[in-house]
Amino acid sequence: MQLIECPWCGPREEVEFSYGGQAHVPYPESPAELDDEQWAHYVFFRDNTRGTLAERWNHGAGCRRWFNAMRDTVSYRFSAVYRTAEPMPASVPLTGAGSSSASATTSTTTSTTTTGR
Amino acid sequence: MADTPTPSVAPSAPTLRRSHPLASREEDLRALTGGSVGVRPHLAMAVVRAAVPGPAARAAEDVLGTALPTRPNTWAPAAPGGGGEPGAVVWLGPDEWLVLADEPRPEALEERLRAALVPVGGSAVDVSAQRMSLRLRGAHARDVLAAGCAVDTHPAVFGAGTSAQTLLGQAGVVLLSRSDAGDDYEVLVRSSFARYLADWLLDAFVEHRGAEAPRDPAPDPVRPTTGGATP
Repeated sequence: MQLIECPWCGPREEVEFSYGGQAHVPYPESPAELDDEQWAHYVFFRDNTRGTLAERWNHGAGCRRWFNAMRDTVSYRFSAVYRTAEPMPASVPLTGAGSSSASATTSTTTSTTTTGR
Repeated sequence: MADTPTPSVAPSAPTLRRSHPLASREEDLRALTGGSVGVRPHLAMAVVRAAVPGPAARAAEDVLGTALPTRPNTWAPAAPGGGGEPGAVVWLGPDEWLVLADEPRPEALEERLRAALVPVGGSAVDVSAQRMSLRLRGAHARDVLAAGCAVDTHPAVFGAGTSAQTLLGQAGVVLLSRSDAGDDYEVLVRSSFARYLADWLLDAFVEHRGAEAPRDPAPDPVRPTTGGATP
């Protein structure tokens, strides 16, 4: 079974975790001014990356904390895990061809912290 | 049923017998594991939430008589009153701890912690009924755990004072290591899973049954006992 490294508890089996979708999807700054289409984009539309994607995960059977992880959607390999308060590690190369928004987020982060352990 | 005869009521108030989810398994556990699996019923437990460092964490530490463990996967012995065996403070999360104590009245633990914590922004909630405590001892305790738990329990990385929230036999547990020799563990399991886990432990113990006794010192009949060179 695949081991996922929880930033708090360390490496644990995959069954202890649950998937929480794409990470770093910002809440609209002025939600009252959004029309239905914009709301639909915020609520339902996500990147369909082939390659590394920043995702939210929850360690449900352990510390029950949410954290973020960089995972390759093809190989399932986790390249980095980091706590929610920490910036996305910019050192991890984004290999996906369609990861335009993820790349854009990376370019805004200045910190090059390694994985939170 | 108006004509149901009222039962003759004794003058004294009726007494409730205190029981616990593993009452029906205690005898089996004792007999079939040679006392390696014990039940610690009626343990008082409370969940403490506090920002650390902060006034609430300091208030909790004053009540518990020990520092709150801030390293993940650790626990510390504590003395939150009540007497009996010393209690424990278990790290559950960056701002969350589980307090265990021997206490005749479980609510008393919550009351003491709450009185100290709430005025300074912390919280304490009685969760005594949430989990049951099972104690695993003996040379095969690690082997039994390994049958259903993926966490590395080798004493080099899981010695006394370490803990883990994980799955054991697919049931969520809090695992405490109480020895540096890998032969004394405490398993805290949710009460509704306690009977399942007790049965799972009994099954996992089958292959080690009787192995706790010292091996028969009689010489191996196949080999000569005299030793030395054979002609």
